[in-house]
Amino acid sequence: MSENSDGVGGLTFDKSKRQWPNELNVFGALILIIVIFEILGAIFVGQSLLFDSNDRFDSIFNEARLRIIIIQVAIIGIIALGVTQVIITAGIDLSSGSVVGATAMIAMSFAQVATVNGSPNPKAIFGEWALDLPWIIPVFVGLGVGFIAGMVNGLLVAFARIPPFIATLGMMLFARGVAQWWSLGNPVSFPTEGYAKIGAGMMPVIIFLSLAVLFHFVMNYTVYGKHTYAIGSNEQAARMSGINVPRHLVLVYVIAGMLAGLAAVILTSKNLTAQSGMGLTYELEAIAMAVIGGVSLFGGRGSIIGTVIGALIIGVITSGFTFLRLGAFYQEMVLGMIIVGAVALDQWQQQRAAARA
Amino acid sequence: MSDIILETKGLTKHYGGVHALEDADFVLKHGEHVAIMGDNGAGKSTFVRQITGVEQRTRGTVIFDGDEVNFGGPLDAREAGIETVFQTLALADDLNVPDNLFLGREKTMWNWLGPFRRLDYKAMREDTMAGLVKTGVKIPNIRNTIANMSGGQRQCVAIARTATFASKLTIMDEPTAALGVQETAQVENIIRTLKDQGESLILVSHNMRQVFDLVDRIIVFRRGRIVANLNKEDTDGQDVVAYITGAKTGAEYEGAA
Repeated sequence: MSENSDGVGGLTFDKSKRQWPNELNVFGALILIIVIFEILGAIFVGQSLLFDSNDRFDSIFNEARLRIIIIQVAIIGIIALGVTQVIITAGIDLSSGSVVGATAMIAMSFAQVATVNGSPNPKAIFGEWALDLPWIIPVFVGLGVGFIAGMVNGLLVAFARIPPFIATLGMMLFARGVAQWWSLGNPVSFPTEGYAKIGAGMMPVIIFLSLAVLFHFVMNYTVYGKHTYAIGSNEQAARMSGINVPRHLVLVYVIAGMLAGLAAVILTSKNLTAQSGMGLTYELEAIAMAVIGGVSLFGGRGSIIGTVIGALIIGVITSGFTFLRLGAFYQEMVLGMIIVGAVALDQWQQQRAAARA
Repeated sequence: MSDIILETKGLTKHYGGVHALEDADFVLKHGEHVAIMGDNGAGKSTFVRQITGVEQRTRGTVIFDGDEVNFGGPLDAREAGIETVFQTLALADDLNVPDNLFLGREKTMWNWLGPFRRLDYKAMREDTMAGLVKTGVKIPNIRNTIANMSGGQRQCVAIARTATFASKLTIMDEPTAALGVQETAQVENIIRTLKDQGESLILVSHNMRQVFDLVDRIIVFRRGRIVANLNKEDTDGQDVVAYITGAKTGAEYEGAA
């Protein structure tokens, strides 16, 4: 080796260039938001948001509120896990909310009981053959509907080269149409006992967190995850490295679609009914969770952990506004500002990194 | 025959009516370092793109390592042993050094999981370190993403790919065009290291000093044709410029341009 290669080209160790995990920033934001609510709570309502030893649980936390916070974000959080992967490829999925609607109607039609209070199910969509089926069948139907929607999105994006925004916008309208056409606007109700257990109690949270752990490993430790980041980071480089970019993109959109389908199954099971308007604006909330969690809309950066913390931030804000007895419209205004703020921060960090390099 | 690593016969590329490359006959021996020079649009990059399979040639033959080859894409060429450092760096900014080196050919475990097979980070890190040592590239922390590196470091990473994989031929398209003086020196040191290791190299460059410092032979392109094939000892800068500008044409290429 030549002796002057040391230090040439600025190749000395520079501590300021060491990387600080972005998830810590997002976690810091979560803590900050909780602190703000604690202070506002102490001033205006004389209560603590999360710390309360006077409830029926023997700890310093307010378990009931913690539980509400996580339950209310779990179902959309499941969608956000898929949306995170799509955004990391520098894509977007606007269809997930509508896919939830369509999947809810279709899956629920295969989850209905034959008799309600001794008389035939008044909401039955199909004949006898589709009633009292084992719970696994509607689950597979739901995943299948999500699979098809994701497959169509993926094929449009990867092979027809339609921009993801437009392809999934089309799917958003189409799937909502399917949801309304399915039973001509009537709700589909009365699921079997087995089906009703899927989304009961803390089940949505358990499923959400299990999937979050699973996809955390998938994104960080598998070829699938590495290629997802590579495509979002530099699609041309990914192509030149021999990655089958179109096939990979289809897989990413299929996974996102199936997660939306699963969310619909859990949602209908929890609510014991399916309505064509279900999942309205879920796609936006899922995107918000990802973006607040540090997933870059330009692709290549972000993580499942970030999205989970992003989901918790939204949960805390939603609960916090109720806790402060403020109307839901304030909450939406603040969420809007936080989303724009998160993207602005991402932009600023990118520019600073570019200036440093 | 066996000491020739790459040979092209009548290599031609037309983009519609534009004759970007016409009848290029080219020979490269094992361990030889050859420079390709020429004005902008002379056909240098087009020539490289035909060899590496980035584009499909209009006609002609490419013989690599004794066999006639038809690469369907850059990956085929890479698998055959041709590593290319492209003018636009083919690096993913948000990934770190080993991830970029192994992109598209990761070392994995649990292969029965298909696309979800597990990455063998440890093996890839070790091979990366070995490759960096071999090329003399020093990068403070290989786990930093490319986005946090200087232009020179990025170029070094791109070149280190060559050394990490036992390649038979390295092609560099303007490797120092965007670099500062010190970074250029670093890259040139790496190229010398490759020469010492007997690696064959095609260097596309505009930099006359660099070319005379580093290579054995200079090929000049003009208007899509090869117009000169000069041994470094038999020529000088003025001579090469005369060929590039069209003031002179090599005797064996008369009538070509």
